[in-house]
Amino acid sequence: MINYVAGVGRYWIDFLASVGRASLFLLNTLTALPSLFRRPALLVRQLHAIGVMTLSIVLVSGLFVGMVLALQGYNILIDFGQENRTGTLVALTLVRELGPVVTGLLFAGRAGSAITAEIGLMKATEQLSGLEMMAVDPFKRIFAPRFLAGFMAMPMLAAMFSAVGACGGYLLAVVALGVDSGAYWSLMQSAVNFIYDVGNGLVKGTVFGFVITWIAIYQGAESIPTSEGVSRATTRTVVYSSLAVLGLDFLLTAIMF
Amino acid sequence: MNSRAIELLVGLFMLLFLGAMLVLALRVSNLTGFGGGDSYHLVARFENIGGLQAGAGVAAGGVRVGEIDNIEYDSETFEAIVHLSMNAKFDSFPQDTSASIYTAGLLGEQYIGLEPGAEVDVLVDNDEIYQTQSALVLERLIGQVLFSRSGSD
Repeated sequence: MINYVAGVGRYWIDFLASVGRASLFLLNTLTALPSLFRRPALLVRQLHAIGVMTLSIVLVSGLFVGMVLALQGYNILIDFGQENRTGTLVALTLVRELGPVVTGLLFAGRAGSAITAEIGLMKATEQLSGLEMMAVDPFKRIFAPRFLAGFMAMPMLAAMFSAVGACGGYLLAVVALGVDSGAYWSLMQSAVNFIYDVGNGLVKGTVFGFVITWIAIYQGAESIPTSEGVSRATTRTVVYSSLAVLGLDFLLTAIMF
Repeated sequence: MNSRAIELLVGLFMLLFLGAMLVLALRVSNLTGFGGGDSYHLVARFENIGGLQAGAGVAAGGVRVGEIDNIEYDSETFEAIVHLSMNAKFDSFPQDTSASIYTAGLLGEQYIGLEPGAEVDVLVDNDEIYQTQSALVLERLIGQVLFSRSGSD
């Protein structure tokens, strides 16, 4: 019994310690950010690795999610004779929820795991220690560019996801199912507010980008420097970031809408 | 991959993002609609506005000529005050124009319809539309029908 209570206590203390380590890590990364002004090439390289390389999967998913939303929405709305509102349904769902959330999940799977694996392997092959030996700060050289690139790329990808999704919905609803083209866009426009809907969607994307990149970099830097440790850290990144995206999405939705 | 190609791809990525924002602003949410253009302000008082909401359209002859800025309640006259933001292109509505609240379709959203009058003087900035007709509240209508039915028997 005593052992059990002690176990709970130990678990709690470990949890608090890891929260503290992650916060300090974040603080160190944030204070290293200004050094990127002197070396923007590092950021550009990471924007390519994190943003551009994720683009294709985001665009293809956006297209298909938009088409599925249009198909499902059409099938329900036609019962009420409101099939012209398919566009409204597709756009509001994408811009407010699915754009940031699905992009966040894809981003965690595609970019987050890559960041963790890369940094974990750097640690396992003692490249990080090597950098420190040469008096190169790994926070400035490795972590800060990746963090800023992920933070910037995520809302951009979410916006592209929503835009492509709206076009995918158009393809299916107007071209395939015969919804009136003018009604599709004009009813969408009268229902979607740029600041309130699109703006809040972008805020969501930014928050998700912050959290996912933070988790990915921290897990990589804290991974046990063996092949098994790196694989575990990569798994943890994907699991933790996906859960964080879904949980935060609920919180943000409750606050925003 | 050399850094020139990477810079090019990242530049394209940024342009694509700008394109997506343009699509979201102009096609999906109609940012430029009336917010950016010149507009003038009108006021209309209604006894009952039904389900009218800020941001709904103002139409004349079915064409969108403005939108509703905000809605207040006057606790002295017990009326709803609706502030209209009219597109400056349509500045020749006569003084005796009347405003009514209509519903787009049976289940659609409510909007204000303007019926131009015959006077020579036109409505200018901050004028009030005096002839207004309240929203058709479905429950009240049904009540009237039932009442007149039972009365005629």
